[in-house]
Amino acid sequence: MSTVPRFWRHIPQRYNLVGTHCEKCDEYYYPPRTICPNCRRNAKMEDHKFDGEGTVVTFTTIYNATDDFKRQTPYNLAIIELLEGPRLTGQVICSPEVIEIGMRVKPVFRILWKEGERGIIYYGTKFVPTEGWV
Amino acid sequence: MRSVSIIGAGCTKFGERWDDSLRDLVVETGIMALEDANVSGDEIDGLYVGNMSGGRFVEQEHIGALISDCAGLSRLHVPSTRVEAACASGGIALRQSVLAVASGYSDVVIAAGVEKMTDVTGGVAADALAAAADREWECFFGATFPALYAMIARLHMHRYGTTREELAEVAVKNHHNGSMNPISQYQMEITVDKVLRSPLVADPLRVLDCSPITDGAAAVVLAPTDLAHKYSDAPINILAAAQASDTLALHDRRDITTLDATVSAARKAFGMARLEPEDIDLAEVHDAFTIGEIVAIEDLGFVEKGEGGRAAGEGITAIGGKIPINTSGGLKACGHPVGATGIKQAYEMVLQLRGEAGKRQVQGAEVGLAHNVGGCGGTALVHIMSR
Repeated sequence: MSTVPRFWRHIPQRYNLVGTHCEKCDEYYYPPRTICPNCRRNAKMEDHKFDGEGTVVTFTTIYNATDDFKRQTPYNLAIIELLEGPRLTGQVICSPEVIEIGMRVKPVFRILWKEGERGIIYYGTKFVPTEGWV
Repeated sequence: MRSVSIIGAGCTKFGERWDDSLRDLVVETGIMALEDANVSGDEIDGLYVGNMSGGRFVEQEHIGALISDCAGLSRLHVPSTRVEAACASGGIALRQSVLAVASGYSDVVIAAGVEKMTDVTGGVAADALAAAADREWECFFGATFPALYAMIARLHMHRYGTTREELAEVAVKNHHNGSMNPISQYQMEITVDKVLRSPLVADPLRVLDCSPITDGAAAVVLAPTDLAHKYSDAPINILAAAQASDTLALHDRRDITTLDATVSAARKAFGMARLEPEDIDLAEVHDAFTIGEIVAIEDLGFVEKGEGGRAAGEGITAIGGKIPINTSGGLKACGHPVGATGIKQAYEMVLQLRGEAGKRQVQGAEVGLAHNVGGCGGTALVHIMSR
């Protein structure tokens, strides 16, 4: 079982989609990076809060999960490209019949998983289709 | 730099080895490799062992000292190092051993790999394997390891027209090959229909698209090519040992349907060996999932990008085909004890290049390639060998 700080330090990123932006090369990063792979030590990184709207690049529906996620099966997992360019991995809440490549999605605040009976309840961002897709 | 050869090889039976511990598997394969190489303990200069997750699977770290101890080498104080790169741990152990011998720092080095995976329940094993992915930014949101490969498969199908049946053909071929390999975990043949009716794991991947949970160990013994004939009548020469890295998370890759680490390692390896993909007679590639083999044969240059799906069904990758792939049965049928897999690939190559692969022998095999991947492409290794 993890200690609370392990989660705590990622709250801005996981709750509010705070990533980074390199002023030097104008590339956006989510999950955030300390070092820009383009500019490395010449980078000028700043925090950037993403709106979280994006497009499904690829996806799967998971039927066989690890113990922590077993209760949620089947659930959709996707790689989502945000409007500013970076890609992230997240769940898309909709029927497995509905999700498709190219689908527009937007973020929602949800419980992600619970660590057993007495552990931490982890909150964060999931995604839902934007109006017009369902 | 000195040329390096394999002078001996051993591999345990792969499978659910309930009667045997990690230590038993190491001892079994070590004896096989040393007898094959005809070396005695006091000639051994070093030992590298690939092991992904002794800590999770058997609650044991410090595997380097453990295996040297089990092998009876503790009183000789031979340096023994455990290396880890998820499913590519074995490949890394092989390459580190090659570097040790090539540099002149060591003469006789053992490259081993071991994983004991059935001492924990399926859920714990799945979670340990998921640690090959990005724990904070993939697994945290519910990603499993098969799910990442499923997302590669989905995009490959969308972009190149690869079909569900073509994925199944990879498993059918590899089970056929595995049925001719005595160490293979699965000895039974399967059909496309059987794959398509197996339960979904992460759509579009089903149970029979996935490599199994396996116990096993493998070892090869290396020496400078100049000294190899002292030990072996049929040493296998290592022409190239290349390694490359990429982003840990799949979502950060330049292209989700290409493993750039494989492309990079292959380019380096072909350069070192001064060979082209057409010069390779057979290859063991990293088919942890059926889509993995399809992407691998593209990224290694055996077929064009996007054409990998058709290869198994059309017999291109069958024994007797243009480029036989995974004659051992691959990870899919032979089994995938993660830390041992990279060494098992070298073991299969040794058998094939010596002409000792029995019913699955590739006739006239002279040059072989082994391709080992960590995670879904964060690490890749390509070794090229010849007889």
